[in-house]
Amino acid sequence: MSKEYETVIGLEVHVELATRTKIFCGCSTAFGGAPNTHTCPVCTGMPGSLPVLNRQVVEYALAVGLAVNCHVNQLCKFDRKNYFYPDNPQNYQISQLYLPICHDGFVEIETEGGLRRVGIHEIHMEEDAGKLIHDEWEDCSLVDYNRSGVPLIEIVSEPDMRSAPEVIAYLEKLRMIIQYLGASDCKLQEGSMRADVNISVREAGSGKLGTRTEMKNLNSFTAITHAIEGERQRQIDLIEAGGEVIQETRRWDDARGDSYPMRSKEDAQDYRYFPDPDLVPVWISDEWIARVKEREPEFRDRKRQRYREEYDIPEYDIDIITGSKRMADLFEETAALCGQPKKVSNWLMGETLRLLKEKSLDPEDIRFSPENLAKLIGLADRKVINSSVAKEVFQAVFEQDVDPEKYVEEKGLGTVSDEGALRRTIEEVIAGNPQSVEDYRNGKEKAIGFLVGQTMKAMKGKADPAGVNRILRELLQGRPLEQE
Amino acid sequence: MANVITDEIIEYVGILAKLELTGDEKEQAKKDMGRMLDYIDKLGELDTSGTEPMSHVFPVRNVFREDVVTGRDESERILSNAPGQKDNMFMVPRTFD
Repeated sequence: MSKEYETVIGLEVHVELATRTKIFCGCSTAFGGAPNTHTCPVCTGMPGSLPVLNRQVVEYALAVGLAVNCHVNQLCKFDRKNYFYPDNPQNYQISQLYLPICHDGFVEIETEGGLRRVGIHEIHMEEDAGKLIHDEWEDCSLVDYNRSGVPLIEIVSEPDMRSAPEVIAYLEKLRMIIQYLGASDCKLQEGSMRADVNISVREAGSGKLGTRTEMKNLNSFTAITHAIEGERQRQIDLIEAGGEVIQETRRWDDARGDSYPMRSKEDAQDYRYFPDPDLVPVWISDEWIARVKEREPEFRDRKRQRYREEYDIPEYDIDIITGSKRMADLFEETAALCGQPKKVSNWLMGETLRLLKEKSLDPEDIRFSPENLAKLIGLADRKVINSSVAKEVFQAVFEQDVDPEKYVEEKGLGTVSDEGALRRTIEEVIAGNPQSVEDYRNGKEKAIGFLVGQTMKAMKGKADPAGVNRILRELLQGRPLEQE
Repeated sequence: MANVITDEIIEYVGILAKLELTGDEKEQAKKDMGRMLDYIDKLGELDTSGTEPMSHVFPVRNVFREDVVTGRDESERILSNAPGQKDNMFMVPRTFD
């Protein structure tokens, strides 16, 4: 006889903020620099160095907090979290414990059972750690401090989620809000959004929380889903076997589909927090809050609703386009320039998504401008270029944001509008392909396709296929009469 | 001395601080820490019920930097502080996560 269990899940989500510089020094946060080239005495914890808070970090943290309905601690301050680990050169991480910037908010997620509220316990600002690389040859570890001091916010949820799909919905919701604010690109794979998942199980109907474990190293939605399902089962098996769940941090190994405990007893979790005396308190005035609130963008839910009302495009397209702030902006700006939302949507849903996929890029990586997409749509509309040339030009727009008008002119891609030249070419094609002409006349409709193809080839693709088709039929049907 | 530091506590504090103490040093540290806690107890006798917690010694708020890159590549100087280096990185004893 098996009992019914309920999974209780809370999340700690770390988000790397999109500032140009680190939280406490003027070092660049650019990704991918050679090791330790973005470091200084502050972010490598040299004695005597003085951290100074980056104003933009407060702006972003505040914007996220307000967007998830939080209360703001108008007086907030930083504390030191003490622990020894080589990725943390100061032997403490500057974080917020006593007065975090925001607390007690919520987001709403769509679940099978309808709209559901997930509480936000608090949001605090902190610094990221360096990156450790284990060197097998020398049997040592190597540290790159480029990431040390990159600003993070940690968003701590209440234990309000009950299943993996709810967790994914919550993360998607946060990601959309934060991306729309421009506060982070929130890429799980690249680590600019990281989730630690706290899980416990309890018998269904029990009001008491079970002992929880914390799962780390989850860098994709699938890893998160696997980890939740794996850990739920591990805990249930333990309890059913008469054992007890131990409160611990576990590392999920998605390749093995298993987790193992991370810290030994030697690393007691006793962080001995105390206020950081190097940093003065932050006072967030009512005016500051009002200013941030005023700049709040139209978020995804509202945008979707407006698209349904304003644009005649399918729900599926709306979902995809609003699923990325970059794409939504591009869509709206291009549609405003060319006045043809349907066509803009087609370019985004078709060629844009295809090229993104082909190049393993994210919609946020789109670099071309609305002006150039609008120009391309105009060229195709005016039949200056045909649809296959348009795709070729689009590729250049996508890759290098070229001006399509100049590009078409320079490369001589414009459709030949000189009907005389086109007629002469078609006449040559007809003369050179008697078999196909014969087939067509014998009722093989398909043969015309071959002749259109030959003409397009002779015209180097620069003809309007519909025009070619028309003239071909005219000549093929006209000629026998002339000959008789 | 009102506060007595046990062997277990001094052992634990040693682990947290990554210190290995000799027997004599442990005895001395126990005494010192006991005296420190006595002093804190003394402070605790004060009635602070009407006093706001002080978050900083200076009456200053909102000291900010603007988000402008001022750092440049000084890795050579930074790395000169490293106990060892390889491939422009700090070399440290093997550490597991």
